[in-house]
Amino acid sequence: MTARHPAGRQLFGYGMSSSLPTLPDAQLAPLLEAYKCARAAKLRQTALFFVALTLAVIVSAKVAEIDLFKLGANIGSFFNYFSRLFVFDSGDLQGRSVLLDIGEWYWGFRKWLRLLGDTLLIAYVGTFIGALGAFLICFSGARNLSPNPWVRGVAKRALEFFRTVPEIVFALIFVIAFGLGPIPGVLALSLHTFGALGKQFLEVVENIDMRPVEGATACGASWVDSIRFAVVPQVLSNFVSYTLLRFEINVRGASVMGFVGAGGIGQDLIEAIRKFYYTDVSAILLMIIATVMIVDIATAHVRHRLIGLEEAR
Amino acid sequence: MLVIESLSRRFGEKKAVNDVSLSVAPGGFVGVIGRSGAGKSTLLRMINRLQEPSGGRILYEGRDITALRGQALRDWRADCAMIFQQFNLVGRLDVLTNVLMGRLNKTSAAQSLLRLWSPEDRAMALSALEQFDIGNLAAQRAESLSGGQQQRVAICRALVQEPKLILADEPIASLDPRNTKIVMDALRRINRHFGITVLCNLHSLDLARSYCDRLVGMAAGRVVFDDVPEKLTEHVARELYGLEAGEVMESGDHAVSAGLKPAPVAA
Repeated sequence: MTARHPAGRQLFGYGMSSSLPTLPDAQLAPLLEAYKCARAAKLRQTALFFVALTLAVIVSAKVAEIDLFKLGANIGSFFNYFSRLFVFDSGDLQGRSVLLDIGEWYWGFRKWLRLLGDTLLIAYVGTFIGALGAFLICFSGARNLSPNPWVRGVAKRALEFFRTVPEIVFALIFVIAFGLGPIPGVLALSLHTFGALGKQFLEVVENIDMRPVEGATACGASWVDSIRFAVVPQVLSNFVSYTLLRFEINVRGASVMGFVGAGGIGQDLIEAIRKFYYTDVSAILLMIIATVMIVDIATAHVRHRLIGLEEAR
Repeated sequence: MLVIESLSRRFGEKKAVNDVSLSVAPGGFVGVIGRSGAGKSTLLRMINRLQEPSGGRILYEGRDITALRGQALRDWRADCAMIFQQFNLVGRLDVLTNVLMGRLNKTSAAQSLLRLWSPEDRAMALSALEQFDIGNLAAQRAESLSGGQQQRVAICRALVQEPKLILADEPIASLDPRNTKIVMDALRRINRHFGITVLCNLHSLDLARSYCDRLVGMAAGRVVFDDVPEKLTEHVARELYGLEAGEVMESGDHAVSAGLKPAPVAA
């Protein structure tokens, strides 16, 4: 008991003095002043930033001829279009909701389903070819693996080019070259995918752990061997994940390929829009949205399982 | 015979290795000692050509190693196996494949890309693993193994290269004392059984004294000691390690370490 007393008293004493003493005003004033100055400078900077931002918005709106009054005046016809999409404009049910006769609304269901199938296939083949090309080029563009700056530069610039040109532009060019049909759509998507995925693959490769690569090199393995054994095992799951994401994006891309005659459902959609077949537009749009959602859910599921596997390892 | 002639390596202004000349006879167990940053790693990595020298030459049996390129360079790398502080295995591949990577230099690209290892290579890799009591782990992912086990896998990978020389760069720096002994014993066994020359970077003087038959001391990129371990006096050790001297000589009877031990707490 007696041995514990000093420790107990010490603890008690410490507790009593735990409220921090305040500095005398003379010492405190300059510290407070310095803090206030720094704070005011930061506020001025923030204010300046917002003024600049607002000015930029106003100037760009002027240049781009964005007229809020015009937008307000026409907003009615914008919503009017949407409401007309869901109302029959001819036949027995003229002026009534499409929900009253689903069969009539989706009169072209079989044809549209087949075209949607085409669209999915265009996206699938396009993604596959693009991903294959991206896989083959990404190692030569990576800073950590490719020692020759010229090879690296060429690979990176090529990827930049293919990713900058929008797929619809590629499709237009290929339609002229190869004629109407899904072939130009596939080619256009694969080229854009090549550029976009190649860049993502390259960044995955640049972030790997280099120690296994060093281990392989030190064994006398060739460049290709060290990629096969020390790099690919590290990056493969990420590659698959990015490719699945790109497939989902490409399904959306493929659905407008038909706008320029490059196959898929887009052909019928643009026709319906141009000829004011309102109910057809809504029917096709809803089918595309449903397809994209299903693909999104499915690929997300697979990707999360991949990531889960990754973390369990 | 490995001969190093006035080898240097600069990193910007700093000379990591400065005019080092050495010759290593076949069959030796040479310890390279010195404090961190003394240039030990750079020296070893230059011998394997993982790092390019800024000046000087490396000769092996009269052949200029520093001039090798392409397949000849890869063949040399297979001849001088490297063992790393961080093991440098491919964590996501199984243990056997990691060991078989030591055979890549002798396997055609078509075969290796499809992982069509020859039955002889498989047998060789499995025997190497079994020698170090980890044959049963062959199918496991390398990253699931403990540090000591991983380093033994790395030693097996080095062995199946059928090297003439093993370069071990701080092989035990990330291991606990028990695994340190297992790994150092493994290196000694390779040295004695197969007559493979071992060049081993070590931080700990005690380990260097008990395993090596020759010590090369480096300080600030230069060789400042090169002799049998018995000749390494306390004076030289102090010169090599400076304030770290007490830390690297753990045995209590050294005056240096005793001086640095915390004073016993008064009762």
